[in-house]
Amino acid sequence: MNAPASTAEKKIIPIVASPDKGSIAPPPGADEETIALYEAHQKIYPRSVSGYFSKWRWALVFLTQLVFYGLPWLEWGQRQAVLFDLGARRFYIFNLVLYPQDFVYLTGILVISALSLFLFTAVAGRLWCGYACPQTVYTEIFLWLEKLAEGDRSARMRRDAGPWTLDKVWRKAAKQCMWIAVGLWTGFTFVGYFTPIHSLGMELFALSMGPWETFWVLFYSFATYGNAGYMREQVCKYMCPYARFQSAMFDKDTLIVTYDELRGEPRGGRSKKADLSTLKLGACIDCSLCVQVCPTGIDIRKGLQYECIGCGACADVCDTVMDKMGYARGLVKYSTQNAVNQRWSGADILRHVLRPRVLVYSSVLLAVVLAMLVSLWMRAPFKVDVERDRSTLARIVSGGRLENVYRLQIMNARETHQTFEVSAEGLPDLTLSTDSSMEVGPTESRWIAIRVQLPYEGATPGSHPIHFTVKSAPDAAVVTEKSVFIVPR
Amino acid sequence: MSDFTSNFWSVYVTAVTVIGIAACLFLLWFSGKAKAMTAHDNTTGHVWDGDLREMNNPLPRWWVGLFVITIIFSAVYLAFYPGLGASAGKLGWTSSGQFQAEIAKGEADIAPIYARFDAMSAEDIAKDPQAHAIGERLFMNNCSQCHGSDARGSKGFPNLTDADWLHGGSPEKIMETLNQGRVGQMPPMAAAVGSGDDVKNLANYVLSLSGSPHDSVRANLGKSKFAACAACHGSDGKGNPALGAPNLTDDIWLHGYGESAIINIVNNGKVNQMPAQVQKLSPAQIKVLSSYVWGFSNTGVAK
Ligand code: SF4
Ligand code: SF4
Repeated sequence: MNAPASTAEKKIIPIVASPDKGSIAPPPGADEETIALYEAHQKIYPRSVSGYFSKWRWALVFLTQLVFYGLPWLEWGQRQAVLFDLGARRFYIFNLVLYPQDFVYLTGILVISALSLFLFTAVAGRLWCGYACPQTVYTEIFLWLEKLAEGDRSARMRRDAGPWTLDKVWRKAAKQCMWIAVGLWTGFTFVGYFTPIHSLGMELFALSMGPWETFWVLFYSFATYGNAGYMREQVCKYMCPYARFQSAMFDKDTLIVTYDELRGEPRGGRSKKADLSTLKLGACIDCSLCVQVCPTGIDIRKGLQYECIGCGACADVCDTVMDKMGYARGLVKYSTQNAVNQRWSGADILRHVLRPRVLVYSSVLLAVVLAMLVSLWMRAPFKVDVERDRSTLARIVSGGRLENVYRLQIMNARETHQTFEVSAEGLPDLTLSTDSSMEVGPTESRWIAIRVQLPYEGATPGSHPIHFTVKSAPDAAVVTEKSVFIVPR
Repeated sequence: MSDFTSNFWSVYVTAVTVIGIAACLFLLWFSGKAKAMTAHDNTTGHVWDGDLREMNNPLPRWWVGLFVITIIFSAVYLAFYPGLGASAGKLGWTSSGQFQAEIAKGEADIAPIYARFDAMSAEDIAKDPQAHAIGERLFMNNCSQCHGSDARGSKGFPNLTDADWLHGGSPEKIMETLNQGRVGQMPPMAAAVGSGDDVKNLANYVLSLSGSPHDSVRANLGKSKFAACAACHGSDGKGNPALGAPNLTDDIWLHGYGESAIINIVNNGKVNQMPAQVQKLSPAQIKVLSSYVWGFSNTGVAK
């Protein structure tokens, strides 16, 4: 075992901020001086990379963007398949028509998202960050466009350091055009989820978009452009709240991208033909490629760091280096802290996946998903709200009958006309004095005044619980709602 | 505003605001640098417990820029909008001014919709689906509080869906009622009627007028006492819309059903008031609303 010389110090600070500004230990006799606590942004030039994990990332880029850019164009019957009509307060998701009262489903989706995030993080670290987070995905797209226009890392660095030449100007201009185009398209698509995208497109060509639509298209475009083009890792490092609390879900059996220090150290350059055993060197050839490809600009060889978004780029690039050197792959790899320290095999890692926290996360997640599916499945195709009339407590009508007035709001969650049959139960001789059947148009909600009568002195003074039963004629779905009948003294 | 009649609070608020902003700026500048042991190893050089060292993870400068932008924003905002004590700001914005502007805008927005109803007769408006929808909303917001959301009223508040109108049920009369309001006055009549027994007899006579359950012996005795009531309700008890006197021969009981309710009204009288709506609603709105209300009792028109 060639334990690295720095192990002793590393115990002191297992997490090292980057970029490295020198050795870990303070040199003896360090002076006191004034230091700046604000730091100018240092531009990071990630080198492009290809390999196993990068393929996965690109697959997810395509998948998520296919959904995001494509979904608003899908038609479903007479309308856009997915449309959040904020103005009319109707949310259409394929054959589902949701009302604001269905907010609980949004809550359900958020709970499911959060729990999945917990689960994935506990098992495999920052999977979301590295592969599916929009910040990562759009940065990947923008980086690719940047590479198209300006070349890869070294070319970009050289050009940026050099003077403004015609070549530099047109390359930068080309990059900006592509960035802005992608940004605008993204903003346009985003708004297309809230305004029918076909008519939005027409309005765009006629330059007659409404002020709010224009604002949100531009706002979202700018956010995409700024975040993916310029902010990049700064968002992950300084703004993202998820990055701050995910460590709560990590443990020593969580998969992380890690450098196998025992195998790699001491690092050092050598010729491809050199014999490792005679050189007394580890497997790391100190090519620094893993640092160059890192989108957050850190050195994975210093161990787990909070900036690492787990994208696996360093693992990909180091594997290619290992291949070239004829060494075994996996000097930088997905592994767990326990596995690295205790030299576990892949099977050992697998055996440690089902830990209590993983089991708890998965069972809660499963329960919520099931509850949500069952509730969606059993959902009645309409909703009913019962309100007692705002003013009339109770009244006596001709014939001396006692009457209470209610307003029923029936919300049709179907895209067809529905006829409803209303009845009231809960007290003997309770009758409706209004028409008991009513029709509500597709996805419309209608307020209907319902009068309920009781014979005079048919019940003791006070309030009596009653309930309304509303049946939809076509499929006999039933909704009951509680209310009270008031008998005055 | 009375808080600001003396200068003190205005100056106080201004001072708190300005000092607060200045303090933010000072803090930004002040916390940008620190004296520390530095070993150029990305730590501050501070060591505790022998091995615990403080790292220097500097705040990115662009984030400081965002703070500066908020300070600039606050200065610009305070120059244009009220916020510095009693200062009104360059734009002279007030919440009531904005409210008025929004009302004016709202009225301008709906004017073309109402313009369509200008030339229409009340009968035609009542038949118009758009007018019906508008009328329903106006009714729900302005009338249902008393008359109920189904317009059928309750004790003391007339039912608008029957054919019984205290002040007349033509569209013009309804519009007049809406514009000017109405006061219904029934004076206490016990003195004019006589003893408590007389009042009871009278009440039974009144019940008999509509064929409601009553004591016919008492009703006969009470008949002569009705002369005191005839001045308003007419000798046949059919009421008088000019006075707002209710028809007593129908089965509609505005102030309560049965003998005791009638005795109570005769003894104590009643003043009932329908408030005028002319301040609240525009003439166009009143026109639509009165046609909507007219539609209640002229069925085949509204629901
Ligand atoms: S890419 Fe691999 S070999 Fe090269 S410096 Fe990084 S860890 Fe060492
Ligand atoms: S250290 Fe490796 S996995 Fe982490 S962000 Fe950098 S390249 Fe990605």
